[in-house]
Amino acid sequence: MTLTHGSSATSAPATGADEAELQARFDALIEADQRIEPRDWMPDAYRKTLIRQISQHAHSEIIGMQPEGNWISRAPSLKRKAILMAKVQDEAGHGLYLYSAAQTLGISRDEMTEQLIESRARYSSIFNYPTPTWADMGAIGWLVDGAAICNQVPLCRASYGPYGRAMVRICKEESFHQRQGFEILLELSQGTPEQHRMAQEAVDRWYWPSLMMFGPPDDESPNSAQSMAWKIKRFSNDELRQRFVGMLVPQAEVLGLTLPDPNLRWNEDAEQWDMSEIDWTEFHEVLAGRGPANAQRIQHRRDAHEQGAWVREAAAAYAEKQAARDRAAA
Amino acid sequence: MSPQPPANERRSAAAVDAQYEAEAAEAHGDVTVDELDLAAELAGAGGTASEDVAEYALRLGDDALILSQRLGWWISRAPELEEDMALGNIALDLLGHARSLLHYAGTASGRSEDDLAYWRDEPEFRCAWLFQQPNGDFAHTIARGVIASAYMQELYTALSTSTDATLAAIAAKAVKEVAYHRDHAVQWTLRLAGGTEESRARMLVALTDTWPYTDELFRDDALTERLAGVVPAPSSLRPAFDEVLGAVLAEAEIAEADFTNRKIGQSSGGGRHGNHSTHLGPLLAEMQVLARRHPGATW
Repeated sequence: MTLTHGSSATSAPATGADEAELQARFDALIEADQRIEPRDWMPDAYRKTLIRQISQHAHSEIIGMQPEGNWISRAPSLKRKAILMAKVQDEAGHGLYLYSAAQTLGISRDEMTEQLIESRARYSSIFNYPTPTWADMGAIGWLVDGAAICNQVPLCRASYGPYGRAMVRICKEESFHQRQGFEILLELSQGTPEQHRMAQEAVDRWYWPSLMMFGPPDDESPNSAQSMAWKIKRFSNDELRQRFVGMLVPQAEVLGLTLPDPNLRWNEDAEQWDMSEIDWTEFHEVLAGRGPANAQRIQHRRDAHEQGAWVREAAAAYAEKQAARDRAAA
Repeated sequence: MSPQPPANERRSAAAVDAQYEAEAAEAHGDVTVDELDLAAELAGAGGTASEDVAEYALRLGDDALILSQRLGWWISRAPELEEDMALGNIALDLLGHARSLLHYAGTASGRSEDDLAYWRDEPEFRCAWLFQQPNGDFAHTIARGVIASAYMQELYTALSTSTDATLAAIAAKAVKEVAYHRDHAVQWTLRLAGGTEESRARMLVALTDTWPYTDELFRDDALTERLAGVVPAPSSLRPAFDEVLGAVLAEAEIAEADFTNRKIGQSSGGGRHGNHSTHLGPLLAEMQVLARRHPGATW
């Protein structure tokens, strides 16, 4: 029996009978909660779904550097500047792990970069919102990173090995990011009246977009069922959203800040949080590329890529010359 | 080759991952109000600086702070992701040095690192002109970086045996990090000089533009003379610096005449006495704007 290597993005050159056997083996592994590894056979659709999801995730980390990078130069204390710089740098690191995980499925980093700067790939819409004040650094950490953690902790158990392992490292750092966001907001909330107002306004700005990060309601989420069957995804969008809100409520109390939903309350009978209807029209606008900063985010990435081309060419040319010199000397 | 490892070799994803998930959940946990130890450990904290030592620490602290501020711009704009991380790392190290040095400088006058960073005006800064220079293209950042790090390497090596225990401790920590910064800048100098025609031309322009700011780093003055025996005379660091740079340029096949032939000479560079290049003002305005908008606030 031939084995398809993960480096090939096409399916195994297997006969129908072989294919059925491979599929059965794959299904059994998934059923038994075992990990699929790069050299294992996998159905094309599984591979494509993973490439799409992991590369989108990587792009989100890279684009996500911008809203916070915006405040590195103006951070109001040297300690905050150091923490913010380390955080944005972590995001570059997350992007790198995730691009590497996607590469094990047979797509190159160059291809993924091209897809991003040509607007053919998606990334999390949350990063298309601007960051007008310092308090947005706190709200992003607390709400956006908090929502990301709720989404991502279950991904540590995703059936594809390299993805799950990358997520373990990422989740550990994200939890630190959330704590630093919480701490920024706490300091502001307990600071001057102007600082407190800044914190509340940032929470008002980011609360709803962070709830939208979990995706559409379960009855309108077309891809979820297959991803759950493949054990890439382990909880539904609504389950995760509920879990997140449950985490926020007591924390908002500690912060002395209000979550901007007058209808938010625990429903004893249904054992879930009642909340106002989410306004998905905004979500769809941002998703369609008409968010406040979509064009700017992509342009920023494209500029960095294009302006760095001569540097990457120089590094490649130099490496080639060194290799030729080593061969000549050998 | 077996299409899949035997069952007993393949660790159950459920078992492995239940553990990972538990760890991640634990690391995440509930956010509590405990005082987070987020501050970098300040090297050598504890000593009180004399007035002269404080003035000296201010020079070094400002050099590190301003260069860090410059380098921070590259995060999300570098030629490749690895460089976003590398330049970010260097900026972060330098910010750590700046915080230790400014903290120490402030002990002479009862001011904090933030008082010094955010509430001094341009003439009160003591950084040399080299560190104020704009990022330019990547070659300019590298040219500035190779000069800065080769200088800092010699400086902190000498300072790590200072009779001033705090300066010695700060320098001993910094010198290890600066060695990495120098290696990074040297590797890129070689790649750009030996890469493509375009990269070599850009590297030469960058060296030509940046070299005039070298001399200021090695000038002795009344302060360093008063501190003789406590800190190295700047001029004493020059031979070792020249030797290092000479070796790098030789390997890059660059002759000094390639980048010093514009007869620009050396900049007058009065940074140590508060006379700055036109680049510093806008940099400080941006860095200080939010802190100054909220006097007395904590962050």
